[in-house]
Amino acid sequence: MSDDATTTKSYFTPFNIIAGIIVIIGLFITALRFTKGLGAVTNLSDYNPWGIWIGFDLLVGVALAAGGYVTSAAVYIFGMKRYHSAVRPAILTGFLGYALVVAALNYDVGRPWRLPYPFIVQQGTTSLLFEVAACVALYLTVLFIEFSPAAMEWLGLKRARSVVVKLTLLLTIFGVILSTLHQSSLGALFLIAPAKLHPLWYSPYLPVFFFVSSIIAGLSMVIFESTLSHRYFAAKMDEAHKKEKDTVTLGFGKAASLVLSGYFIIKVIGISEGNHWHLLGTSYGLWFLVEIFGFVALPCFLFAIGVREKKLNLIKWTAVWTVLGIIVNRFNICLVAFNWHLPSSERYFPHWMEIGISVFLVTVGLIVYRFIVTRMPILYAHPDYPEEH
Amino acid sequence: MSITRRKFLGWLGAAGLSTTVGTAVDAASNKQFKGYAEGSGVLFDNTRCIGCRKCEEGCNKVNELPLPERSFDDLSVLENRRRTTAKTYTVVNRYEQVSSSKAPAYRKIQCNHCLEPACASACFVRAFTKNKNGAVTYDASVCVGCRYCMIACPFEIPTYEYDRAFTPRVMKCTMCYPRISKDLLPGCVEACPTEALTFGKRVDLIRIGRERIRRFPERYVDHIYGEYEMGGTSWLYISGVPFKEVGMREDLGITPAPKLTSGALSGVPIVVGLWPVLLTGIYAINKRKEKIELQDKQQAVADALAKANAEAESKLKEAMEKSKKEKEAAIEKAVSKALEEAAKAQSEETADAQAGEATKEASEEDA
Repeated sequence: MSDDATTTKSYFTPFNIIAGIIVIIGLFITALRFTKGLGAVTNLSDYNPWGIWIGFDLLVGVALAAGGYVTSAAVYIFGMKRYHSAVRPAILTGFLGYALVVAALNYDVGRPWRLPYPFIVQQGTTSLLFEVAACVALYLTVLFIEFSPAAMEWLGLKRARSVVVKLTLLLTIFGVILSTLHQSSLGALFLIAPAKLHPLWYSPYLPVFFFVSSIIAGLSMVIFESTLSHRYFAAKMDEAHKKEKDTVTLGFGKAASLVLSGYFIIKVIGISEGNHWHLLGTSYGLWFLVEIFGFVALPCFLFAIGVREKKLNLIKWTAVWTVLGIIVNRFNICLVAFNWHLPSSERYFPHWMEIGISVFLVTVGLIVYRFIVTRMPILYAHPDYPEEH
Repeated sequence: MSITRRKFLGWLGAAGLSTTVGTAVDAASNKQFKGYAEGSGVLFDNTRCIGCRKCEEGCNKVNELPLPERSFDDLSVLENRRRTTAKTYTVVNRYEQVSSSKAPAYRKIQCNHCLEPACASACFVRAFTKNKNGAVTYDASVCVGCRYCMIACPFEIPTYEYDRAFTPRVMKCTMCYPRISKDLLPGCVEACPTEALTFGKRVDLIRIGRERIRRFPERYVDHIYGEYEMGGTSWLYISGVPFKEVGMREDLGITPAPKLTSGALSGVPIVVGLWPVLLTGIYAINKRKEKIELQDKQQAVADALAKANAEAESKLKEAMEKSKKEKEAAIEKAVSKALEEAAKAQSEETADAQAGEATKEASEEDA
C-alpha cells in the first residue's frame, strides 16, 4: 500500500497480490452462493438463521461505520471546527461501510432482488427490521450526498457542488436522526427473543446500548482510520490534516473515554434492572465480565491515561482494542449468547466460505477507499475550494 | 368492536406512525387481546399419544411434502430429538421418564399458531397473517428471506429452504388452512388413531382440557400449555408429566411477542420529533456563542483601538501643549531678550548721550 502513494509502475505490490487473491476467491464463493443457494456456502440452520453475515457484516459493519455521523455532528452541529479535517475521511468510510452492509445483505437474504419489497409492496411497520431497512436505505443516500462534494470537486462540477455544500447542516441533522434510529434498532431486533438471548445480554435497554456503543465505535474508528491513513496515504495529505492529526486523536480519545464510562454505567444498570447478578458466576457470566471490564472499563481507563499523558500511541492502540470490543459485543448478542439454551451440537459456527465473503467485502471496501483517496480531495482540501466554514 | 389481526398488530407496533394518521394507539393500554372468538385450534393430550407417527404421515401427505428417507413406520427415529424442518411441518419426539419410571411421554411439535404471532410482528413485508379461523399463514410471494421470523419465534418453528437458490421459502405448519377453510380436519388430526388430537374452537378446547384435568386430576398436570404462554396459542397441550420433561419451555412468560418491541418502536416518533429540535438547538447555541465571541472580540479590538487612539491623542495634545509652551517660552525669552537688549542699548544710548558727540553719530546710524 505504501508503495502506492509514491508512483510505482508495478501493479504487483504485496497489497495488490493479496487483495487480488481474496477478490478471486470472493467472486468464486459469490457465484456459488447465487447458483446453489445459501445451504451450499453457509452453516446456517433452522435453529441458527443468522450467521456472521448478520453478526459481522450488518451489526459490526453498521456500528463501525458510525464515524460518519459522529464526526459530522461534532464538527457541524457541536461546532468543534478543529476536527474539520476528519470529516471527509469519516464520511467516506461511513458511506463505504453502509454500501458494504447493503452488499452483504444481498448475500444473506434468500431473495435479494426483493429487498425493495418492504417499501414498495407491503410495509411491515410492526417490525424493527422495517425500521432498520428504512433508515439504512435513507442513511446510505444521505451519506452518498454528503460524500458527493469530494467527487464533484474531482470531476469539476462546481455548480452542483455548491448546491450540495449548502445542504450540509440539514444532511448532518438528518444523518444523526437516522443513525440514532437504526443503530438502536439493530439492538432492538433482539428484543423479540428474550427466550433465546442470554439474560445477561438481553435487556430492554438493548436499543440504548447499541446506540451508545455505536458512538464509541465511531470515535474509535476515526482514530484508527486516521492512524492508517497517515501511515499509507501521508503523501496525499495537506498541512491541515497533518497538523490536526494529533488534535483529532486526543479529542476523540477523550470523548471515547467519556462515552465508554457512561456505557459501562448503563451496562451495570442493565444487570441491576434484570437482577441478574447471580448469573455473573456462571461461565457466560465470566465472559460477560470479560466484555464489560476488558472491552469497556479497560479502554475507558486507557483512553483517559493516554489523553492526560498525551501518549498518542496508547490512544491509537486503545482505539483498536475498543473496535475489537465492539466486534465482541455484537458477536455475543447475535451469535455467542444467542441460542445459549441449545445443546452444543445445534450451535452455529461459520463456514469458511461465510468468512470468505466477509473478508472479500472488507477487501473490496479497502480497494475502493484507496481508489478514492488517491484521486479525490478526501485527505486534503481541493485548491479551488479553500475551506469555507 | 371488530379489529383485524393486521390492524391490531399495526397499532401495537407502529404506535408512532399511526399517530400521524390519527388512529388510536393500544400499545400502552391495558387491553388484552384474547384471540378471535371463532378461532380454531387443536388440543394435544399427550396421555393419549402412543408415538405412532401417523400424524407425521398425514401431514406429509396432505401438504404434499417430500417423503422422508426413513418411512413413517420406522419408530426408531423417535430415539433422536427431532425438530421441524423445511420438509417436515410436524414431528413427534419421545421422552423417557427416567425419574418417575412412568411410561415414555410424547410431544408433538408444529406451529402453535399464536394469538399474537412473533413471526407476523417481526416480518417487515407482512408475509404472515393471523387468520380469523386461527391459522397463521405465510405468503411466499412477498417474502424477502431475511429469516427474522425464525429469530423471533419463541417455539423455533419456522424453517428455511436453504438449498433452493432462487425460490427459497419459509416453511411451517399452516394448521392445514386450505382444509379447515373447507371444513376438513387438519391432516395430523384426521390421521391420529387415538384421538390424542382434538380440533375445534379454541374456547371449546380450553373447556375440554379443563374438564379432563378436573375429572382425572391424578392423570394430568394442572395446566393447559398455550392458554397464556406468549399471550396464548391456538394449539393447546395437556400433559401427564411436567411440560419441561417433554422439552417444552416453561420460561416463555405470558407477554405476547409484539409487546416486547412496541416500546422500542414507540421511541421512533419521539426521536424523529425531538432530535431536529435538540440538534438545531445545539447548533444555534454554538452559532450564537460564536457570534457573541466574535462580537466580543470585535468590541475588544475596537475598545483597544479607541483607548490607543485616546492615549495617542492625549499624548499628542500634551506634546503639542508642551511644544506650545516651549514655543511661548522661547518667544517670551526672545522678547525679553530683545527687550533686555533694547534696554541695554537705551542705557548705552543715555550713556553715550552723556558722552555728547558720540550720541549724535549713533542716532544718525539708527536712521
